[in-house]
Amino acid sequence: MNYPDDAVLVLLDLTPAGELHSGAAGLLGAAAALGSPVALVVTDPASGGRAAAADAAAGLGAVRTLVAESADMGRALTVPAVDALAAAAKLVGPEVVLVSHSIEGREVAARFAARAKAALALDAVGVTRDEEGVVVRHSAFGGAYETESAASFGTLVATIRPGAIEERGEDRPAAAETLTVEPSGLPATTIASFEGRAETSSRPALREAGTVVSFGVALGSPDKLALIEELADSLDAALGASRAAVDEGYAPQSWQVGQTGVSVSPDLYLAVGISGAIQHRVGMQTAKTIVAINKDPEAPIFDIADFGVVGDQFAIVPQLTEAIRAKKA
Amino acid sequence: MSSLSEPLRIAVLVKEVPDTYGERHLDLETGLVDRAASDAVLDEIGGRALEAAVSHAEANAGTEVVALTVGPESAAEALREALAIGADRAVHVTDPQLGGADLGLTAEVLAAAVERLDADLVLAGNQSTDGLGGVIPAMLAELLGRPQATNLDAIGIGAGEVCGTRASDHGTMVVRASLPAVASITDRLPDPRFPSFKSTSAAKKKPIETLAAADLGVAVEDPAAPRSILISVAARPPRAGGMKIDDEGDGGTRIAEFLAQNRLV
Ligand SMILES: Cc1cc2nc3c(=O)[nH]c(=O)nc-3n(C[C@H](O)[C@H](O)[C@H](O)COP(=O)(O)OP(=O)(O)OC[C@H]3O[C@@H](n4cnc5c(N)ncnc54)[C@H](O)[C@@H]3O)c2cc1C
Repeated sequence: MNYPDDAVLVLLDLTPAGELHSGAAGLLGAAAALGSPVALVVTDPASGGRAAAADAAAGLGAVRTLVAESADMGRALTVPAVDALAAAAKLVGPEVVLVSHSIEGREVAARFAARAKAALALDAVGVTRDEEGVVVRHSAFGGAYETESAASFGTLVATIRPGAIEERGEDRPAAAETLTVEPSGLPATTIASFEGRAETSSRPALREAGTVVSFGVALGSPDKLALIEELADSLDAALGASRAAVDEGYAPQSWQVGQTGVSVSPDLYLAVGISGAIQHRVGMQTAKTIVAINKDPEAPIFDIADFGVVGDQFAIVPQLTEAIRAKKA
Repeated sequence: MSSLSEPLRIAVLVKEVPDTYGERHLDLETGLVDRAASDAVLDEIGGRALEAAVSHAEANAGTEVVALTVGPESAAEALREALAIGADRAVHVTDPQLGGADLGLTAEVLAAAVERLDADLVLAGNQSTDGLGGVIPAMLAELLGRPQATNLDAIGIGAGEVCGTRASDHGTMVVRASLPAVASITDRLPDPRFPSFKSTSAAKKKPIETLAAADLGVAVEDPAAPRSILISVAARPPRAGGMKIDDEGDGGTRIAEFLAQNRLV
């Protein structure tokens, strides 16, 4: 089988239900801007949905989808996906390999780069091509700096920040094929059990949401969460939180925005009772519009907010939710 | 390599980073972190990894905890802090040729240092606060041919294995890896203890071994090795604040109006 000379190999994450992860559109969009996207999905033979995943990948721009089956997928950590990626790269001979900068994705990319002795660029917010080759854009220190990197030569492996790419690939006819993988036999960590995160609602994913409503430790009690949830739902927003709120158990870790949590760049970021510590700001200051509610007029969040209200969140939030509902009605 | 009952040697990866409470800068010429422009501190997440190793050592006599860093000469300060928290000794790989090392080269150097130390367990933070890449532990595992139990919200170190709960993209996993292994922890683990005066002075007597890349047999300028290179760096103008009003009973309504004017609802 021949593969295009300008093939860009894209590893696509699957959800536990076997569907393409929502970040696939951005990954394939980034790949389409560089060349011909060849997708790779790695599944456990017992799980269904392979054909559907391949169709979905084609719909997002993949010219071909390789489906690797590994009985170890879901039982052994990272290594089965690295083995599949190595087999796919050997077959396709890509100039660029793109992987999501998700927790699972970035480790697969990194181990693959270490194995293939390829240059590795992380957490890209953009990829472009100039006369000399592929250029990767990064955003450092919470958007305070923009840097560009490239591989000195050889295949470039890049991880893409979820939600950062707006380009989309064009719909293509489905073309799936099975990829045979020779296991490396490297020792891997055993996954003894997995507990999926209960998706409590139909809220958008934090990393990709257009609007994020975040709250801080001043919420004071998990019972008060409903107040914030109602506001978020009135705006179809994802929920975010400060580390202090996560530490108190008001929010799961996956909601944490900031340096040691998730970085977001939504159209609107609404910070409710968040002081705006630098470690929080680096995770959200690239939002297009920032609105803050804080009772302390000196809170640093106001230094970066486009619109700030000094006052009590418990009075302002319910009124805001009502006003938004009224505007939408 | 140790058998089940033998005491472990744990190498904890620590790093000197610019203090995140201050402004952090990139040098606009080299694109590297401008270490002179901010205070340097022991990375918080490395401190948590160290705490996990030291508390294991306290409960398991004979365990040796070695703090390991690759960094400039000034990183010796971070190692002293690690020794004060409770590491038994430290290894400092420092080499002017390693300034600006990419991830691949950094991982190679660390892998060589871990092999030289013959450490049963490598313990690290899930991601450093300046690089935020979050991949060095995985790369080390690949180069060392070891399993990688990474991004752990809780960790157990026991009979020939390391286990814990891994915070993953779609949920939580319980994972287990046989030693020798590489593990990394998240900021769900406790802060390091505050070193006492006594432990700080004791730390001054603990050994720090200094090595260059050549001592580890790593060829820094290997023409056959592709590297990731920085080609440009630009500072973005800082974000400015906009309008700030006091809530006079209509704060919520005013925000809704602002959102409507800006087509955000
Ligand atoms: C290495 C490192 C990494 C970190 N990573 C992160 C990270 O990823 N994310 C993160 O968020 N933090 C992070 N932090 C922690 C960060 O420094 C702050 O401690 C944290 O962001 C503070 O959270 P907060 O705003 O909820 O709490 P606080 O700073 O305590 O602020 C509470 C705010 O609530 C306001 N308030 C109180 N009551 C009301 C009310 N009724 N109405 C309106 N406002 C009210 C107060 O005025 C105050 O501004 C990190 C720290 C370090 C050292």
